[in-house]
Amino acid sequence: MSPVGLNHILFLSSALFFIGVYGFLTRRNLVTLLMSIELILNSVNINFVAFNKYLYPENLDGLFFSIFIIAIAAAEAAVAIAIIINLYRSHQSIDVEDADSLRY
Amino acid sequence: MPDTRVILILLFLPLLSFLINGLFGRKLPGSLGGLLATATLFVSFLLSLSAAYSYFFGSVGITGAYETLIPFQVTWLQFSESFSINMGILADPISMMMIVVVTFISLMVHVFSLGYMKGEERFATYYSFLSLFTFSMLGLVLSSNIFQTYIFWELVGVSSFLLIGYYYQKPSAVAASKKAFIVTRFADLGFLIGILILSYYGKSFDFVTLTERLVPAASTYSQAAAAAGFLGISALTWALVLIFVGGAGKSAMFPLHIWLPDAMEGPTPVSALIHAATMVVAGVYLVARLFPIFSLACPGALDVVAWTGIISALFAALIACTQTDIKRVLAYSTMSQIGYMMFALGVSGYGAEEGLGYMAAMFHLFTHAMFKALLFLGAGVIIHYVHSNDLKDMGGLRKALPITGATFLIACLAIAGIPPFSGFFSKEEILLSAYNSNYTIYIIALITAGLTAFYMFRLYFSIFWNKPQVSANEHKHEGTLSMLIPLLILAVFAAFSGFIPFSSFVTSDGIPFETHLHLEFSILPVLLSVSGIAIAWRYYKKPSTVPASVSQKTGSLYRTINKKFYIDEIYLFVTKKLVFQLIARPAAWFDKTIVDGMMNTAAAAAQVFSLSISGLQSGKLQHYAYYFIGGAIGLAILFIYSIA
Amino acid sequence: MMDATTVIFYILAALILGSGMLAVSTRKIFRAAIYLLFSLTGIAGLYFWMQYEFLAAVQIIVYVGGIVVLIIFSIFLTQTSGMDMPAALKSRKLFAALAVICGFLLTATQISQHGFVGSGIQAADTGVRAIGHAMLNTGEGGFALPFEVVSILLLSAMIGCIVIAIKNPERS
Repeated sequence: MSPVGLNHILFLSSALFFIGVYGFLTRRNLVTLLMSIELILNSVNINFVAFNKYLYPENLDGLFFSIFIIAIAAAEAAVAIAIIINLYRSHQSIDVEDADSLRY
Repeated sequence: MPDTRVILILLFLPLLSFLINGLFGRKLPGSLGGLLATATLFVSFLLSLSAAYSYFFGSVGITGAYETLIPFQVTWLQFSESFSINMGILADPISMMMIVVVTFISLMVHVFSLGYMKGEERFATYYSFLSLFTFSMLGLVLSSNIFQTYIFWELVGVSSFLLIGYYYQKPSAVAASKKAFIVTRFADLGFLIGILILSYYGKSFDFVTLTERLVPAASTYSQAAAAAGFLGISALTWALVLIFVGGAGKSAMFPLHIWLPDAMEGPTPVSALIHAATMVVAGVYLVARLFPIFSLACPGALDVVAWTGIISALFAALIACTQTDIKRVLAYSTMSQIGYMMFALGVSGYGAEEGLGYMAAMFHLFTHAMFKALLFLGAGVIIHYVHSNDLKDMGGLRKALPITGATFLIACLAIAGIPPFSGFFSKEEILLSAYNSNYTIYIIALITAGLTAFYMFRLYFSIFWNKPQVSANEHKHEGTLSMLIPLLILAVFAAFSGFIPFSSFVTSDGIPFETHLHLEFSILPVLLSVSGIAIAWRYYKKPSTVPASVSQKTGSLYRTINKKFYIDEIYLFVTKKLVFQLIARPAAWFDKTIVDGMMNTAAAAAQVFSLSISGLQSGKLQHYAYYFIGGAIGLAILFIYSIA
Repeated sequence: MMDATTVIFYILAALILGSGMLAVSTRKIFRAAIYLLFSLTGIAGLYFWMQYEFLAAVQIIVYVGGIVVLIIFSIFLTQTSGMDMPAALKSRKLFAALAVICGFLLTATQISQHGFVGSGIQAADTGVRAIGHAMLNTGEGGFALPFEVVSILLLSAMIGCIVIAIKNPERS
């Protein structure tokens, strides 16, 4: 058993998660928002894999979850980029502050 | 036993005609809608004749009595195992008699209206309303269940409302329709409460079951109803009196009669159908329908019926002597005659000869329908001719309107009770039953009979004699054939329907009995009637100053009667001064300030709150994300640290 | 004294977190994409370190080879790269940092207070063959249904992106 325990990996993943959240809250460019989301998704993936590895090594559920999340992340990134390009075409900008027509 | 299908078809044919005329009437060319309605009603009439024939002349039960049959019944609302509201058809002598009367009079009115309403813009609408009324009235008389009666009762009220307000451009017609609706609705409140009490103690809505349960004094139901009470009066009496209040409202009994004279704002054929022959006798029919309960279980309530009837009869006859509007005279006469039927029921006993009053009331209902419809249709022809309702504009019309004059005379003789016209027979039976039971009522009824003859012939002479006669005018015709044929048919019935041996068909317990004419008894009423006619002859055949001077001399008494005993004014005082000022105004204040105030405050608070937080809906993605993440973290802290 | 695996873990963690932080804070968008690339590669390394070689390979192929390239393309399509992006508001940064630190402290406290107990059972085979069997197995422990669902999702996402991003000749 390695001295690096589950706790270490969980600290790592939650730190990565909150880095992603920070990016999501402060960035203004939609592409960079998308990058922040990728960081968040990856932190979740790390969690799944780590729990699988340390707590239930006899199963592969965490692994499969990660694989499916990666697939969904790919789909999400593709759709998001399509939306960004469409938005850029109509607004000539991908600044999130400019996309606020859906308001009261 | 009548065929169920026949009864159902004759009931629903007018509904079909209502739907066709109501939905597509405006698209039908010319008077096709009216012809269609008349044709369906004719079929209905034939079917009701066949139903009545097979009922009365089919197999009479072993007991020799006409049985009460329920050929058709479905459960409509099942409340519990033993308690449900049903929809059904009830066949007994009075319902069979009524469907014939209703379809016959309605057919006559339909035919008459083809001429009378010709060229009206809302011709099809008129016929659709007439059909709706006929359907509702047939449903009312055929219902096997008091709740079903109530439903059709209200439907009848609605069609009456619609037809009174037919000339909706006239403010007076609108006011009259509202008055009729509100007054009868007010009375129906009593009816509804009465139904609830009755069904609460009888544990049923069916007439047959109610009668079975409440009539025997020893049954648990009637003992419970007799034991419970309010203000020292038993629950059963309350129930019956309240139901009678509903009937009195519909039948324009004192003091709920005020709507009937105003209801004459409707087209005249409507008055003939609804406000003379059929709908207004619904109250009489209702009392007759519940007669075993009234008579055997609760004679006190029957006394109320008797006294209300006789007071209304005299009261209306007095007013009728002073009115100058032809239709109002007839309206008060209707009220007086219905009062006759009511007190005949009120003084009647149950079973065989004892039930003479019951049979007489039904007989009078039948003959009255004939001659009063004839009078109203005749009045329709007259109004059509002179374009006025006022007696002052009439006079000397006997040459101009020969057929109307003759038929009107027959109807007047019938209502005055001159033998051998129909009214004589039914009225004699009523007077006889009153004589056998209550002397005071008998005396008042005699006076009323004399007054009736007087005011009817006052009307007749004022219309057809009085002034120099108007000769037949080339440009003005008496009316179309469709108007005159109903008059002639009705005149035949008004003259001869008295010879129908009514007591062998309609009796209180279904067992036929023989009635005999008591010549020595008949002399007094006939003499009174003849003298009434003679007085009218003396003072109204030619223009005379005597009536004016008599009214001058009697002064305030005459004015009081002419103003209909100020009943309308009393109602106005009670509603405007007492109800509006003392109840409605505080209620309105409460509603406006407290109820509305609460609503407005709540709405204003919601608005202020929403304005204050609408800034949150900024359209900025990151604000939302921030609220979301902050909220999620906050909730996580809350749950983990406060609950643990 | 730390052994090699521990050292490797800390190096990987530093790579992931350091390049992640730079990815969300640099004002040059192209550099942000490259830092993201490093961070994702570090995560792939972490998977290797946990001996999930297949997953590490997928991570590199899909993320590094697919998504990051896609992001870089979109940067090229929408942005004049090389220019600094506008900086975020100071107050926004402050509040975001506050929320993030609160959240991290909360999570960290929870993690450190919680004692995780492993099942201690023999680890399953994580080879490609075993994963492939499980992926297409319809029985117990099989993932055939989610596999199919994800494939439909990918197809619809593909169609969706084309529909969304296609240039409408009538509009322009």
